[in-house]
Amino acid sequence: MRRRDFIKTVGVAVGASAIPFLRHLPAHAAGRGDTLVVVTGNGPNSMDIQRKGTNRPAYQIAVNLYDRLVGYGTKTLEDGTMMYDYQKLEPEVAESWEVAADGMSISFKIRDGATFWDGSPITAQDVKWSFDRAVSLGGFPTVQMKAGSLEKPEQFEAVDDKTFVIKLLRKSKLTLPDLGVPVPIIFNSKVAKANATADDPWATEFLHRTPAGGGAFMLERWEPGQQTVYTRYDDWKNGDLPGVKRVIIREIPSASTRRALLERGDADVSLDLPPKDFAELQKSGKFTINAAPIENSLAAIGLNLTFEPFKNKLVRQAIAYSVPYDQIFKQAAFERGIPMWGGKSFTPATIEWPQPFPYDTDYDKAKSLLQEAGYADGFDVPLSFNLGLAQWSEPMCLLLQESLAKVGIKATIDKIPGANWRTAALVEKKLPMHVKNFGGWLNYPDYYSFWVYQKDRLFNSMNYHNEEVEKLTDLTLHLEVDDPQYEPNIKKLLTIFFDEVPLIPIYQPYLDVATQKSVTGYEYYFHRQLDCRSFKKATA
Amino acid sequence: MNGNGKLRMIIGRLGQSIPSVIGIIIVTFVLTRALPGDPAVYFAGPAATPESIQQIRESLGLDKSWPEQFLLYVRDLATGDLGVSISTGFPVAEELLRRLPASLELTLLALIFSISVALPLGIAAATRPNTWVDQLCRLIVTAGVSLPVFFTGLFMVYIFYYLLGIAPSPLGRLDIIYLSPPQVTGFYTIDALLDGDLELFGAALAQLIMPAVTLGTFTLAPLARMTRGAMLQVLSSDFIRTARASGLKRSTVLYTYAFRNALLPILTTLGMVFSFMLGSNVLVEKVFAWPGIGSFAIEALIVSDYVAVQGFVLAMALLYVALNLTIDILYTLVDPRVGLDS
Repeated sequence: MRRRDFIKTVGVAVGASAIPFLRHLPAHAAGRGDTLVVVTGNGPNSMDIQRKGTNRPAYQIAVNLYDRLVGYGTKTLEDGTMMYDYQKLEPEVAESWEVAADGMSISFKIRDGATFWDGSPITAQDVKWSFDRAVSLGGFPTVQMKAGSLEKPEQFEAVDDKTFVIKLLRKSKLTLPDLGVPVPIIFNSKVAKANATADDPWATEFLHRTPAGGGAFMLERWEPGQQTVYTRYDDWKNGDLPGVKRVIIREIPSASTRRALLERGDADVSLDLPPKDFAELQKSGKFTINAAPIENSLAAIGLNLTFEPFKNKLVRQAIAYSVPYDQIFKQAAFERGIPMWGGKSFTPATIEWPQPFPYDTDYDKAKSLLQEAGYADGFDVPLSFNLGLAQWSEPMCLLLQESLAKVGIKATIDKIPGANWRTAALVEKKLPMHVKNFGGWLNYPDYYSFWVYQKDRLFNSMNYHNEEVEKLTDLTLHLEVDDPQYEPNIKKLLTIFFDEVPLIPIYQPYLDVATQKSVTGYEYYFHRQLDCRSFKKATA
Repeated sequence: MNGNGKLRMIIGRLGQSIPSVIGIIIVTFVLTRALPGDPAVYFAGPAATPESIQQIRESLGLDKSWPEQFLLYVRDLATGDLGVSISTGFPVAEELLRRLPASLELTLLALIFSISVALPLGIAAATRPNTWVDQLCRLIVTAGVSLPVFFTGLFMVYIFYYLLGIAPSPLGRLDIIYLSPPQVTGFYTIDALLDGDLELFGAALAQLIMPAVTLGTFTLAPLARMTRGAMLQVLSSDFIRTARASGLKRSTVLYTYAFRNALLPILTTLGMVFSFMLGSNVLVEKVFAWPGIGSFAIEALIVSDYVAVQGFVLAMALLYVALNLTIDILYTLVDPRVGLDS
């Protein structure tokens, strides 16, 4: 190209680039009666929940695209929010099941006529292959299976095409509920095996990108970082056919944009908004805000027992009396939760969990406890939170810092980026005072204790160790709730939690989901993902 | 200049970039591993045990020594393999190919917007210094540079989408009712045209306008100021006075003589602005749900996905090398005085 020509070309290009910026674009009509549009902050990074590194939003793939042997029933809360019923298991792929007389095995009858998307029947061999995979892959699926005492392939047997038997290692109330969590999904083992290689016998590469199952929805399109689209599997036999034909899940990172999309009517369901937005949307009255308390979950302050002052129970109690509960609940959580302070007595009346701890803001009491413990002049302590949860953790820490100053404790706030949080808080367990928000999938206090209060457990970021807690947790973990041993021992356990307070609960958070009024059928699940199968949309 | 000389210059420049690319490979490798946070712990998931963390560490090759890891990395690079992103489970090359066109399309459009506003504005301001035109230019430029991009973005969403309803929903590259065109270039607008689908072209373009204007507003300032400055300097030089004295038309003086000579610094700024926009539009991407390369890199960094971070930095480095080369070639076209060895 010659110089002169080039300059001419540049001139033309600049002139021609006047773009029609004022073009009018009509707002899209919302006439999508059978399509549900969901906007969320993060999308799945895999189609396979059992892969290592699969993120939380990917659990929705397991929920909507795959079946399990059993599912959970539904109950309605006082405010009309629907939630799953952990006490009621319902048939999914298993039409019925039976516990053997000796209680050491469970036999499942596979539903007649149930097929995978490719039309092939779902057989006991598929279930066996899928369960073998879950206990063999290692990492998260294997640990979750183990929680239900499902540990090795020898426990699973496909007796014939329609009969699947689990041999139990021990009697445990957790085994059956654990079959309803998102992990033990049933793969189409013929398709999976056809795509397995010698290096990859469980077809992790294939199933990571391509779901192979028989769930209520099929994958129409997956553009990582952008959108996931499901279409209904019309021949689904394992439950009531979903009310919508298509679900579009768009990833919109900015919460403000997600809210705008809902308010403009371009989205039917908006997830992951800050508590403040939910509070405002609820006040506006134009949308349905489904608020279910997250089961077995607490927003709490953890006190690390490797930190010298916290070794003393009196100091821990003093901190529990200096937390500005009410202020935090109103200003940091915007009341999107259930208060977990102000309990009446140090001996629990019920085994309800979580239940309010017997502490309230009382600076005088805190001061006298500190004096008794020999810390009348207070001490310095770093107060850490996960930057990824800054929306509510940061105001919470600031309020706490202010209150602690009133009893002479100088807290310095330490913000830890999300990637380091796990290492610092959970693995190295080196944060003296920190914000916690653990939630257990299976809704029992002993299960919470197993993860949080028992020695060396991942979520025991407090380095708490108490022989009595070890004993009581091991004893109650597998007991049925109606066992006469259960209630008295759980009460003993809760009494220790109350008295020793290595963990100071503040509130039980809500899981908020905002929907258009025309959308019904949202149901809360412990895995906190949308179960799109129950949604219905009224056509205008 | 003959073709041969140009080719030699290109090869020479490419040769010069090799040491910097090697340096970048080493630095990113070391830096990503020096980051705090343990990827094995992160990816072991919510219910990890020490054994499962160790399993993951081994499968990621993190149990090997750094030099060993580096050799493996370089060996893979030599075969064009950027590795597999730990967080997404996809090959990094595939991720980059999917996201880079989205970023490039947005950045190019933003640049076109920016140029088409900034150049006329700068020239107008230079020809009438200290008049209201000059003041207006100063005002626009200051406003553009001092408003943070996420603010401009959210503000535009609020006005044009939320209140007026004339802009399409900020849902990313296409509204919900459209499906992406068959991929050829990865630019949705171009691919839609190649596919002959004018409606889709319109839809893709409509989605681009708000983010492009947001991004472009921020880069108006350097371009307009540089244009104004360069033009002022050229306009006060002797040959312009001579041209004016010879009775040449005002437009001829302005565009043929002055603007051409002012182009060189503008071009330099353009190159800098472009590379800046490409890497730093994370906030715009977040507000408009744009699946670009910036948010990919940030997310990878947050979860210590060092494979993806390495791939991203390398891709950007190569892109800059290509960009600098292009600018260098453009120099020689604009100004014959720019020699081969300067």
